Amino acid sequence: MTRLALALLLFAAPALAAPDPREMLENPAQEARAREISKGLRCLVCQNQSIDDSNAELARDLRLLVRERIAAGDSDDQVLAFVTRRYGDYVLLTPPFKASTALLWVGPGLVLLAAATGAFFYLRRRPAPDSVAPLSDAERKRLAKLLDDPA
Amino acid sequence: MAELGHFALALAGALAIAQSILPLIGARLGEVRGAALMQTGPACAGVTFLCVGIAFGALMHAYATSDFSVANVAQNSHSLKPFLYKLTGTWGNHEGSLLLWVLMLAGCSAAVAAFGNNLPAVLRADVLAVLGMIATGFLLFTLLTSNPFERVFPVPEEGRDLNPLLQDPGLAFHPPFLYAGYVGFSVAFAFACAALIEGRVDATWGRWVRPWVLAAWLLLTLGIALGSWWAYYELGWGGYWFWDPVENSSFMPWLLGTALLHSAIVVEKREALKVWTILLAILSFSMSLLGTFLVRSGVLNSVHAFAADPRRGVFILGLLVVAIGGGLALFAWRAPALQPKGFFAPISREGALVLNNVLLASACAAVAIGTLYPIFADLLLGARITVGPTFFNATFLPMMAPLVLALPVGAMLSWKRADLAGALQRLWLAAAIAAAVLVVGLFVSGLNVLPVLGLAAAAWIFCGAVIEIGGRSRWSLSRLVRLPRAAIGMTVAHIGLAVSTAGISGMGFAAEQIALLRPGETMEVSGTIIRFEGVTRAQGPNYTAERAQLEVLNPDRTVRFAMQPEKRFFPSQRMTTTEAAIHTNIMRDLYAVLGDVVPEQNAAVIRVHVNPMAPWIWIGAVVMALGGVASLSDRRHRVGAPARRRAGPVPAPAE
Amino acid sequence: MTARRLLFAAPLIGLAGGAAAFYAYMASGRDPRGVPSVLVGRPPPPFDLDPLFDGQPRLTKAAFTPGRPAVLNFFASWCAPCRIEHPQLLRLAREGVNLLGIAYKDRPADARRFLAELGDPFRLIGQDSTGRTAIEFGVYGVPETYFIDGSGIVRWRFAGAVTPEILDDQLRPLLRRYAS
Repeated sequence: MTRLALALLLFAAPALAAPDPREMLENPAQEARAREISKGLRCLVCQNQSIDDSNAELARDLRLLVRERIAAGDSDDQVLAFVTRRYGDYVLLTPPFKASTALLWVGPGLVLLAAATGAFFYLRRRPAPDSVAPLSDAERKRLAKLLDDPA
Repeated sequence: MAELGHFALALAGALAIAQSILPLIGARLGEVRGAALMQTGPACAGVTFLCVGIAFGALMHAYATSDFSVANVAQNSHSLKPFLYKLTGTWGNHEGSLLLWVLMLAGCSAAVAAFGNNLPAVLRADVLAVLGMIATGFLLFTLLTSNPFERVFPVPEEGRDLNPLLQDPGLAFHPPFLYAGYVGFSVAFAFACAALIEGRVDATWGRWVRPWVLAAWLLLTLGIALGSWWAYYELGWGGYWFWDPVENSSFMPWLLGTALLHSAIVVEKREALKVWTILLAILSFSMSLLGTFLVRSGVLNSVHAFAADPRRGVFILGLLVVAIGGGLALFAWRAPALQPKGFFAPISREGALVLNNVLLASACAAVAIGTLYPIFADLLLGARITVGPTFFNATFLPMMAPLVLALPVGAMLSWKRADLAGALQRLWLAAAIAAAVLVVGLFVSGLNVLPVLGLAAAAWIFCGAVIEIGGRSRWSLSRLVRLPRAAIGMTVAHIGLAVSTAGISGMGFAAEQIALLRPGETMEVSGTIIRFEGVTRAQGPNYTAERAQLEVLNPDRTVRFAMQPEKRFFPSQRMTTTEAAIHTNIMRDLYAVLGDVVPEQNAAVIRVHVNPMAPWIWIGAVVMALGGVASLSDRRHRVGAPARRRAGPVPAPAE
Repeated sequence: MTARRLLFAAPLIGLAGGAAAFYAYMASGRDPRGVPSVLVGRPPPPFDLDPLFDGQPRLTKAAFTPGRPAVLNFFASWCAPCRIEHPQLLRLAREGVNLLGIAYKDRPADARRFLAELGDPFRLIGQDSTGRTAIEFGVYGVPETYFIDGSGIVRWRFAGAVTPEILDDQLRPLLRRYAS
């Protein structure tokens, strides 16, 4: 039990590692930034991997480039701007929120809203009024008589 | 042999056309006059299945014998490939996997023919006719654009070999299960179309369709889980789900299929949600078809996608439009006439299932938007963007949160009008345990919030399921085993979800370490010490490998066990794959990967992950599938069992 | 059609729209794997590379002289498609096109041997052994070919091996249009 607790405690430590230790920056904070940024950049020669995951040469070159820019003092946004200026928004794994991507980001929420609204009205509906035929006059008189005189 | 296969396929195509038309006419003529025509349905289905089976066997035989005169084999196989992978390579390419699809389709028709004896003749005939139409479409597609039996002259000496990533035991099972699930939803689709044609959706329809949906759903669950597990241990990134377009293509039918499963229960029990269930049945299979289109048309960018051919893309698009369009046209025309019978208060089991539908359908929409947006953005806006995992996690997970919260509550609610306060009261213990997990987790993990929330959610679902079944069986084991299997199935499936949720959350605590090690040096990840011994060379049947020897040490430096991650080089495809070494004790996976080797120093880059609770992800999926099996075995779904003579009327339990 | 009927027809209408879009996408011949170049319509980035052959001038942005359109080709000796497209480059050179080359991540000796074996169509060649200049251009693989017009703006970029069709359909019209 204590081993489990200890293990859980150790799990809390943040991961600090780079795809290749020889690429790593000295400064752990900078290295952590580099990892985060790399995870958000697409490897262009692989399909659907980040440059952090990929073994491709271009991915390695871009990883080194990212670290170079960080070491040179760029902020995270500046590093991303540097890469997108050369490769376009396509290289970002998370599309920026722009006019061209507005529908993408807002879409799922809109669908949920529409579905929830539809369900709300659906749940609140009353039974269809003609599901039960209204009583005729004769039937109503009979009903009144039965109610007044149960015997 | 290949010609036999080709001929069998063509015959199957002709039979499928017959199956599409004859039973349909028979069904319109009615039970008496159309009886003979309707009987052609099962006959066609059976023989079609036989023919496709022969064709599939012929292709597999060509692979087994490395018959390189068959173009498909020459392009995708190699004589040095291990025998198992020669066989499973049959479906590791576009044409072969398409033939597998067709085999499954034919299998579904045959299953309906064999096990659908409890169905009214007209319904069965309509269902078989619709299945026949779908089969016709796919057989035509195969025969006209993707014939696996084409010969090549001159016969090459050697094949081009299969992608080494696919030479793996996981591949043996992933596509068959996945396709069985995909294609299985065609039966629900056919049932929906048949119901629309007849203009009638009633409780009995709900009861008949449910086992087919259950079967497809549980197979798809297993197929997706296998794919994810395979990606985890084969691709070497330590991840298990990448929101890759092809993965999403399998996930969308699963989400809608789950909604369909639950919706069909309402139709069966209360004759409500008819329109929704029919629509879900049509859309689930539509998602399967969409998935086929996305993977094979070249429209999407993916690791999984088969080689693109625009001609095929257009054909599948046509197939898609005809099939889905046909279903949706039927829906637009006939569904407005469907009237619900059972009315229910918003707070009720039905109401909870409506919420379930809303959330699952919206989640499916979120995945669909993310997957398809790049195409539409490129076409309509000229913008080239990538939609990566962050988008999906940001939109999908928030929709799952209310679902997870509502799940145990919904399972406690009664039909028509439920006592919400009462249900919540009975769940107090589950809430307390979940809260405890949350508090302890936050404290221990130092504010790694999301995974802790996931663990709390898993505890909530698990405890809620236990409380529900405990309450229903009044905590008596003898009463438990006598509960309807469907109730047990529900509990087991929900517990499976809890287990998977826990596994996914556990991965949120994963730790990683990379080091360049010389022999004798050690590295440490999350308290585990690993010593690197060196790199050796090894030889496989069609590859050469570099193998690292790692020893995992006890705190006192004695050896606990060894791990041997490898890098394999396949000369015929000039590809290198990483074989991660995984050591699991069910509570955590130790995952080691060999990176670059520096021969001069006999050193190597070693990357080790500690993945807490990783196996739970796939164990949970298996448990979910077992829940499905349990539900399937419910005696009320005993489909096709020969009618036995009973001594007297047997009272059916009022449910 | 009542509103209710329209609602029921909505999925079908959605399908029609989606199918039309997919068809248009496929008919347009777009390649989803291709990475578009952000450089088109902008001047090329500054760069300064060692010449591949001793005695030749360095390859810099100044090589794009005003009034003289240029075709810039990134290649490497280890790149198979580069071998396949090379005859097309030789053709262009014979026609007098101003062809500039950059050897991408190649050992100079290997690159020189490549050109000796297959022919040298380039007026000037630079060595980009680190691949950094390629990154400046947004290159993601070899071969890649750029067309820079006479006023120093990139007008066209092609990733992959140029075929005679690509040349005829895409490059030649540009050469004619921007001829000095």
